[in-house]
Amino acid sequence: MSLLEVSSLTVRFAGLVAVDAVDLAVEAGSIHALIGPNGAGKTTTFNLITGLIPPTSGSIRLDGVDITALPAFRRAGCGMARSFQNIRIFAGLTVLENVLTGLHAGLGSNLLDVVLRLPGFRRQERDAVARARAALEIVGLAGRADDAATALAYGDQRRLEIARAIVARPRLLLLDEPAAGMNPAETEALAALVRRIRDAGTTVLLVEHDMGFVMGIADRVTVLNFGRRIADGAPAAVRRDPAVITAYLGAKVAARLEAAG
Amino acid sequence: MLAQQLINGVLLGSTYALFALGFTLMFGVLKVVNLTYGFYFSAGAFFALHLTKQWGWPIAAALPAAAAASGVLAVVLDWLLLTRLRRINAPELSSLMVTLGAVLALYAGMTTWLGPDIRRLPAGVLGGEALVLGELRITQAQILILLATAVLVGGLLALMRLTPIGLALRAMAEKPDAAGLMGIDTAKLAALVSLVCGALAGAGGVLIGLNFNAIQPYMGEAMMLRGFVVIIIGGLGDVRGALIAGLLLGVVETLTAGYIDSGLKEAVAFIMLVAVLWTRPSGLFGRAHIQRA
Amino acid sequence: MPVWLDDFLWTYQNVVYALGINGLLALSMYVVLAVGQLSLGQAAFMGMGAYSSALLTLKLHLPFAVVLPAATIPPVLFALAIGTPTLRLSGVYLAIATIGLGEVLRAVYLNVDALGGALGISGIPERAGMVSIYGLLIVALAVLWLVARSGIGRAMEAMREDEIAAAVMGVNVRRYRLGALLASAVLAGAAGALSAHVSSFIGPNEYGFEPAVTILSYALLGGISSPFAPVAGAWILTLLPEALRGFADLRLVFNGLIIVVVVLFLPNGLLPLRMRRWVK
Repeated sequence: MSLLEVSSLTVRFAGLVAVDAVDLAVEAGSIHALIGPNGAGKTTTFNLITGLIPPTSGSIRLDGVDITALPAFRRAGCGMARSFQNIRIFAGLTVLENVLTGLHAGLGSNLLDVVLRLPGFRRQERDAVARARAALEIVGLAGRADDAATALAYGDQRRLEIARAIVARPRLLLLDEPAAGMNPAETEALAALVRRIRDAGTTVLLVEHDMGFVMGIADRVTVLNFGRRIADGAPAAVRRDPAVITAYLGAKVAARLEAAG
Repeated sequence: MLAQQLINGVLLGSTYALFALGFTLMFGVLKVVNLTYGFYFSAGAFFALHLTKQWGWPIAAALPAAAAASGVLAVVLDWLLLTRLRRINAPELSSLMVTLGAVLALYAGMTTWLGPDIRRLPAGVLGGEALVLGELRITQAQILILLATAVLVGGLLALMRLTPIGLALRAMAEKPDAAGLMGIDTAKLAALVSLVCGALAGAGGVLIGLNFNAIQPYMGEAMMLRGFVVIIIGGLGDVRGALIAGLLLGVVETLTAGYIDSGLKEAVAFIMLVAVLWTRPSGLFGRAHIQRA
Repeated sequence: MPVWLDDFLWTYQNVVYALGINGLLALSMYVVLAVGQLSLGQAAFMGMGAYSSALLTLKLHLPFAVVLPAATIPPVLFALAIGTPTLRLSGVYLAIATIGLGEVLRAVYLNVDALGGALGISGIPERAGMVSIYGLLIVALAVLWLVARSGIGRAMEAMREDEIAAAVMGVNVRRYRLGALLASAVLAGAAGALSAHVSSFIGPNEYGFEPAVTILSYALLGGISSPFAPVAGAWILTLLPEALRGFADLRLVFNGLIIVVVVLFLPNGLLPLRMRRWVK
């Protein structure tokens, strides 16, 4: 059984169908890429999966459990985490505190604990800080833990978002254009990081425009165009799929390519 | 008796509708809950009081002049308070807080200057005879209110539907990014909307001052309560909703005062507001904007 | 108690009480601002606490230890009735729904005979004092300080900055907002009960629009960097008119202008110092 099973997911905004009956199955332990031209509905699909917008119809299952109706904050507790296309770190918090917010769902934060500060609660807090530091270590930001999050450079802010997303060891990690704005060296480091996250037991679903990155890293690729799934399969097969070439390059170029051989 | 109450209610409600129209338009187009709005209502009434009392103007001349003066005041205050926040794209609660602080300072300053007493328009202004139709009694002030409201609301709707600038305003109210797309200068737009809305509030102040013949610095604050109720019931930024909800509130208040207790009309208005929030949070005529996060 | 302190308290008793009560009111505004919301119902909550406590003391002759917590129940119920539907919507709805509440209740106090009408309620025994006012203020400050430094405070700051990202981290934004509003109602209701039981008289005009905005000016002047900041703001704005008695008429003008100036030019208040959280 797949870890994430999305079936005939549909959402309409004011008559416009942004995501149209999309099926998606993400196997546990894989790196799965969701690609497509601009406006294909990739980020909308992410927002549906993470519960930020309600679907018009269709269902989302995580490890066999239907989570379609769960509010966003509960999905974190189910082992789902994500990064955002436009970076959304908490500007007023330090780097370490940003990562600690990623543990919010797992930490029992009730008022009585906070006021009484019993030894058990303090141990839990110390443990959380240790895990947050470990996550920063993984993404290579261990030295910046106490800096203001806004003091980080752009690429580091992206890595901070990833640290915040992986600190709770989610079962499913969704990365929305993690390589955007990165130079080739940074992209390569990112690919290694994503593989390490996968090897540590987290399944990864990512949206990305950088085809070199996607083809090098993904075990499976799903292609969307105009809100519809037009292809799904291994990277090499998807790359040769005429429907995909047409979607990216337009029908004329695709026909010419086919004619050329 | 009931017919008389209904007529009084519709007349009162048409003033509420007029008042709320400017408030909701300001929100719809400029995306700001501008709490100085109630002050233009007070200011309009005081301008008219001054013009009729000190300068001996007839009300037919004092009403448009007071409305225009209130509109200019609104433009100035909008520029002073909100230009900076618009530039830095501040969160909506910032502009709400700024206008809230400003309106307290304005009311308190006006009260210090002019005193808290209730003032009355000069005797001749209101005209003498009431129109009597069988059992019904309609005062000249009420007729003026009806005429003025019809002209102002009709004029505004015509402006919104028929002129290019009106179409731009509607586009803005429906789609926030539209102004940028249509190449509209935000500063000019804010000035125009403030002028129109401030004038509506000022006219409302004159008309309510006429209806109850009582003018007082904080009258705009009491009116704002109605403004809040009307724009929540009608839907934030919804012009048609504001008109219908304004009339509805006027009738309900008048009936409450007539048949239950005049001291409870505010409470009834507030219960309507809470009931709408529970059942139809986007207003009786609007679509829902519920957040999932 | 040393004699000089006793003398001092006797002379400045009203000011000392007002500092404590206004500190509690500033905290009742702080808890809501800390989750990125704006409620303007604190004066109304205070009025409900004052009226219900006065009635419980005068009509039912209950001891103050029972009256004080009981007086927070009506404001909490109102906060639930208004907060539950509005906190799902954008922040302007809560602000709009609460801003009129004080005016509505004034009309009710004025017109309901059991609530004393225009005369208000007088002859309330002096049951509150230094110990109850400052005891409650210290407890409230301590609890809010512990909360602000903890993971709850971190979640509150996160949702204030970006509620969507906070929700994705697992923060139940709506529950936090409602919790903050209820805490605000409790603090303001208790402040109302305390003030009614030190001033012997309460009237219908004390809990309307002007005090509502004044309470906001306390919290904005101090800022919300820590719970001490809004209390400091309240103390400055309570002492200033005492020092400048000649300008008493302009006190409200000043409070209003403070809000304008702070929001436009000092968005973090006068005390923007960042509080450190436990991260060792």
